[in-house]
Amino acid sequence: MEIMSVELDVFVGNTTIMDEEVYQFWLDGYTVSDAVKVRMEGGVLEECEASAEVLQSDTMDQYRTFQMCERLLHTPAKLANQLLFQIPPHRQAMLIERYYAFDSAFVREVLGKKLSKGTKKDLDDVSLKTGITLKSCRRQFDNFKRVFKVVEELKGPLVENIQTHFLLSDKLARDYAAIVFFANNRFETGKRKLQYLSFQDFAFCAGQLISNWTVGAVDNMVEDMDVDLDKEFLQDLKDLKILITDKDLLDQHKSLVCTALRGKTKVYSEMEANFKNLSRGLINIAAKLTNTKDVRDLFIDLVEKFIEPCRSDRWTAADMKLFLIHYTNSAHILDTFKHQVTWDRYMGVIKSCILKMYHD
Amino acid sequence: MPGKLKAKILAGRHLPVMDRASDLTDAFVEVKFGNTTFKTDVFPKSLNPQWNSEWFKFEVDDEDLQDEPLQITVLDHDTYSANDAIGKVYIDIDPLLSTEAATVISGWFPIYDTIHGIRGEISVLVKVELFSDSNRFRQSSCGVKFFSVFCNTRDALHLSCPAPSIPRCYRLAAVHGFVEELVVNEDPEHQWIDRIRTPRASNEARQRLISLMSGELQRKIGLKVLEMGGNAVVGYLQCFDLEGESGLVVRAIGTACTLEKPGSLPPSAPSASPSMETKECVSRPSYPVTVPSPGPSAPLKYQPFSSSSPKSCRHQSSCSDTDLSFVPKIGTSSLICNLTKLMKGEFPFFTFTRFPPGFLLHVGGVVSARSVKLLDRIYNPDEPETRDAWWEEIRQEIKSHAKALGCHAVVGYSESTSICDEVCILSAAGTAAVLDPTLMQEGCLDDGGEHSSARPPSCGCVFCHVPYDDFNSPFPAHLAQCCTCGRHKVPDVLFTTIELPREAKVSGKGCLIQARLCRLKKKAQGEASATAVSNLLPFMEYELHTQLMNKLKLRAMNALFGLRVQISLGENMVVGLASATGVYLNALPSPGGVQIAGKTPGDTAQEQHISNMQRKINDTIAGNKELYEINPLEVAEDVSGSPIPEPQRRPRLFRSVSESSTEVPELDLAYGRKDAFVLEIDDTDALEDMHSLLTDAPAPSGFYSCNTEVMPGIYSWTSAVQMFTSVRMFRLGNANLTNQGVNKAFNDLCEDLLKSLYFKVRSMVPCCLCHLNFSVAVPEEELVQVHLQRSITPFPSPTDTFSILFIAGLHSIGRKSGGGGGENDEQLQFALELSTEPPLSPALSVFPASSVDYGSFADRCSTLVELIKVKAQTMRRGSIKTISSLETGSPLLRDRSRSVRSTHSYSSNAVTVVKMTPLSFIPNTRIIKYLGIINMFFIRETSSLREEGGVSGFLHGFITEVFAMVRAHVAALGGNAVLSYQMKECVFMENPNKNQAQCLINVSGDAVILVRHTEPDP
Repeated sequence: MEIMSVELDVFVGNTTIMDEEVYQFWLDGYTVSDAVKVRMEGGVLEECEASAEVLQSDTMDQYRTFQMCERLLHTPAKLANQLLFQIPPHRQAMLIERYYAFDSAFVREVLGKKLSKGTKKDLDDVSLKTGITLKSCRRQFDNFKRVFKVVEELKGPLVENIQTHFLLSDKLARDYAAIVFFANNRFETGKRKLQYLSFQDFAFCAGQLISNWTVGAVDNMVEDMDVDLDKEFLQDLKDLKILITDKDLLDQHKSLVCTALRGKTKVYSEMEANFKNLSRGLINIAAKLTNTKDVRDLFIDLVEKFIEPCRSDRWTAADMKLFLIHYTNSAHILDTFKHQVTWDRYMGVIKSCILKMYHD
Repeated sequence: MPGKLKAKILAGRHLPVMDRASDLTDAFVEVKFGNTTFKTDVFPKSLNPQWNSEWFKFEVDDEDLQDEPLQITVLDHDTYSANDAIGKVYIDIDPLLSTEAATVISGWFPIYDTIHGIRGEISVLVKVELFSDSNRFRQSSCGVKFFSVFCNTRDALHLSCPAPSIPRCYRLAAVHGFVEELVVNEDPEHQWIDRIRTPRASNEARQRLISLMSGELQRKIGLKVLEMGGNAVVGYLQCFDLEGESGLVVRAIGTACTLEKPGSLPPSAPSASPSMETKECVSRPSYPVTVPSPGPSAPLKYQPFSSSSPKSCRHQSSCSDTDLSFVPKIGTSSLICNLTKLMKGEFPFFTFTRFPPGFLLHVGGVVSARSVKLLDRIYNPDEPETRDAWWEEIRQEIKSHAKALGCHAVVGYSESTSICDEVCILSAAGTAAVLDPTLMQEGCLDDGGEHSSARPPSCGCVFCHVPYDDFNSPFPAHLAQCCTCGRHKVPDVLFTTIELPREAKVSGKGCLIQARLCRLKKKAQGEASATAVSNLLPFMEYELHTQLMNKLKLRAMNALFGLRVQISLGENMVVGLASATGVYLNALPSPGGVQIAGKTPGDTAQEQHISNMQRKINDTIAGNKELYEINPLEVAEDVSGSPIPEPQRRPRLFRSVSESSTEVPELDLAYGRKDAFVLEIDDTDALEDMHSLLTDAPAPSGFYSCNTEVMPGIYSWTSAVQMFTSVRMFRLGNANLTNQGVNKAFNDLCEDLLKSLYFKVRSMVPCCLCHLNFSVAVPEEELVQVHLQRSITPFPSPTDTFSILFIAGLHSIGRKSGGGGGENDEQLQFALELSTEPPLSPALSVFPASSVDYGSFADRCSTLVELIKVKAQTMRRGSIKTISSLETGSPLLRDRSRSVRSTHSYSSNAVTVVKMTPLSFIPNTRIIKYLGIINMFFIRETSSLREEGGVSGFLHGFITEVFAMVRAHVAALGGNAVLSYQMKECVFMENPNKNQAQCLINVSGDAVILVRHTEPDP
């Protein structure tokens, strides 16, 4: 007997009522009816002797609340001193953290891309590819862009700036720092050969680069300190070329490393045979970093010039570690090699990045 | 020059962008009081301006201070065109006028615009300096305190763990009696000027007018209180009647009292009023109640009833609740004479619902009166005689009904109206009672603790004893011996509008009982419509009563408390909704079961059907007894039989049916009472009724609901309270509507609403929904059509809508039905432990919903014990590590402490948490200061309804904003809670075709400062 239809249905609490499960559906871009469907399958109905209408009405209420909150979530600091919603502090933290959380599948697609309108237009392809709803993709993209815009022109350490402005947890703030860093330097991450790398691999590398290669690594009160690479340092890297152009140095270096590794690794002969190629690879990468284009290709170069040859020779991670340690340290013993500081600053980062990236 | 008002504008934040070019705003502020306006400088190009203005000083009469709000307007400066208004803040100065309430108003207020809603916030500082004034014929009543509901702190204590010798906030020194007042004005929406001004201007004019009117009303009531020698109004109830074309009525009732700070001397009358009257009444201990002398300001009130305006037709339906309407019987008790002498010329009405023990000597039952009136234009707003006379008439009737019950007073008294076009139903209801004259003496009225020893020890049954005697009662009374003391007569059922008295002994738990009814009415105009309504009313009253009675019996209970019957008038239907909390009073006899009887005893098929039904009913009753844990301690043998009558008793009952069926049932309201046990199955109608009776689903396990403040039978509470407002509106289809159809639809609607509510709060089980307050409206059509130019047109006819406004206080209960004693303690302790933080609801906040919401319900139910363990662990962790309990509860926050910079604390500039509750207390807390009454009126309008998420989105946003504004005002007064919160009005109109909607909301409550029992006074 359907003689009535609901015209208006709202439910408001003095303390804002939120269900974390529904919040997640909303964040994931589910429509109300999809969320209701999933909740029904989740068995929430039997728990409470509720009907589908009840679930529908509850979901609608929550979606409306989240929509109203969304404006505030764009500037999370406002959430704490706004008067419209009374939300306990730990719930505020939850709302913010989840709103800024992102899918690793999604972030892999846009990592290193320019956060521009053009990229945003391509989000429907990303959505198709990753299976993440377009709505959710847009939210995540907008979050990246928003954080980028705010911290772009701020002085001081990147992670801390993100934390103060967006009240994110340490972990999430570091991830955002990586995203901002990658977006700013436009590192290539999308090539097929890089597909095996996860966001966390890149995030780790970004952390290394930020703390060692940026302007901020030497001076911590300049603009963009954590976003831009230290130009002087990049210039200095050209000096490392001597390690491959000087035949004596190259041979000395090789023999030092070989002496150190002999008997300690199963891939010794392969290493020995390949040493010059590998070393050339690494040093050439360093020498080219003054070109923006080559900075972008840093990761693909590392994979092509170094990781892939090692992998085809079946180096283990331990072999890799051993090699890199001795490769770095042996350079210190070379008498005619004068660029020890630059060398350490370069190899420190490259070593940890390669170790992180060296997996299947 | 009796007062100086000072205001200072400090800063703004989160302002909207007013200049598209710069994405900034050049804001300045106008501060207006009365006819004086000041301005701040323009703070250019900022969304967070810092004005830091000088003190703006207004020298004003205190009369104005009481009437006028301080009006703060935030504007955007524009060099070339007119300045754009960003929004306004109205601040009620009244709380600053009483010496004991707030001393300063200081804080962030949301800047509100009737079209755009909240647009940023402004920080304001307001102070008042009052000069002494010796003019005794003054018009102001500064300093009279208003309370929506007065609560003895002891009452609150009674609910929580015993904590003796708590300083109480106030002591009730004397009750002076009933005060009422009404003011009328033209509604700005219906003035000619409204045709040419903008919707914003019109809304603001309306908001301002209502604010002025309610200020004036309070001042006038205050004057009456001063005349009576009181210093406070308790149970203050203010209402608006939007009469459309005929005007706007703001009316209020309350109880004049003298309140004292405990331990202090009787206060001199507030501010500088000559304190003669007060002193006089203090020195007259032999008179229980001060005789109020009719003041010069209200000579009309005491005139005998004069016939109302010629156009008004009076169709009065006398409807004292059926079992209670007896033929008048005068002077049975000497007490009555004594008191009537004292209350001569006055209405012996009390608007509050909770009383000190022993104050109520006897309770007679519910008395109510309704009258249908035709509205006409109020020609002279200064002399609202007609409206006054109407109410006078109704009150007289209530008084005489009470007398008929042998009672001299009416407690839990309230008044209401329902208006549709020019037809208006006025209703009043209360509980007839006999009060203890010794307790009416001054100084004896507080909690009664000290004085109770003077009286014979009460066994909690006294108030149930009938105030009349068996033999003089002409109606075939079902009186029985009191089951507790066995010495006096008690009725078989008791209906009241008050809270369950503290001394009452109940068995088991209470529950919400609702009677719902919807009747179609022909569309008609004027008189014809009024006649139709008044013809319909007695039937509706009768049916509601029968439903209540049956549902009560079905739950094996024998008394109703907090009964509230609402009759709402619509264009082509009338809706009745009666809500009450049923309990089993030990003093009253055990209720009889419900019997079904067929009209044609020969029909075997029907006999079979009936006996099936009967079995079902008996099962239901037995089930309910178990559910509500009703097992009276002493089963008196002489009481009328077992609850489920044995088959051999049936013939007698059959007989009574056949007897009664020959009567004319409609007008004999006693019919309902006598045969409430017996349901006749002779047509589909009855079958339908029967069905709805049986399908009335009980609350899911873990939930308890009642419409009183306190759930009978549950005594341990946590201080976790949550308050909800829910509004629903339904459209009736164009289908051929039948009474039965709409009735069922309405019933389903109420049930669905409850189900929805249970679902929403499922994570808080076990919990109790207290003070469930339903209000129904049937939005009108023609009235809306009148101001078509206001862009709100009616729904496509012929449809009707219900809207249900519904407020509930949610209480988490510290008691588990299945748990043992030890666990209970643990949980209670847990709640207290957490209370050292100022979270909203400890139970919620420590218990991050992740563990509750995500967990499967089945798990949760079956392993309550486990749940408690988890809680206890959390508690222990919190206390050992001495980390804030919030952090221990959330892994997320634990992360934070490891973070590079752990300095961003969320609470550094956090907003004060303000609790809101429809209750007059919050368990485990005590009130250390009443800051004054909050009474706010807001209008919101939109012409982009779809963009705001349709009607639901629009209203959701508006209610959220109203909550925010109430909280901001309370916080600015220094308070942290609103008690007795009510949303009294929520009028919604829409025109989806034009993408427009408008809504009016009126809220009220008492702003207070609460502290937990464990904390010392600040």
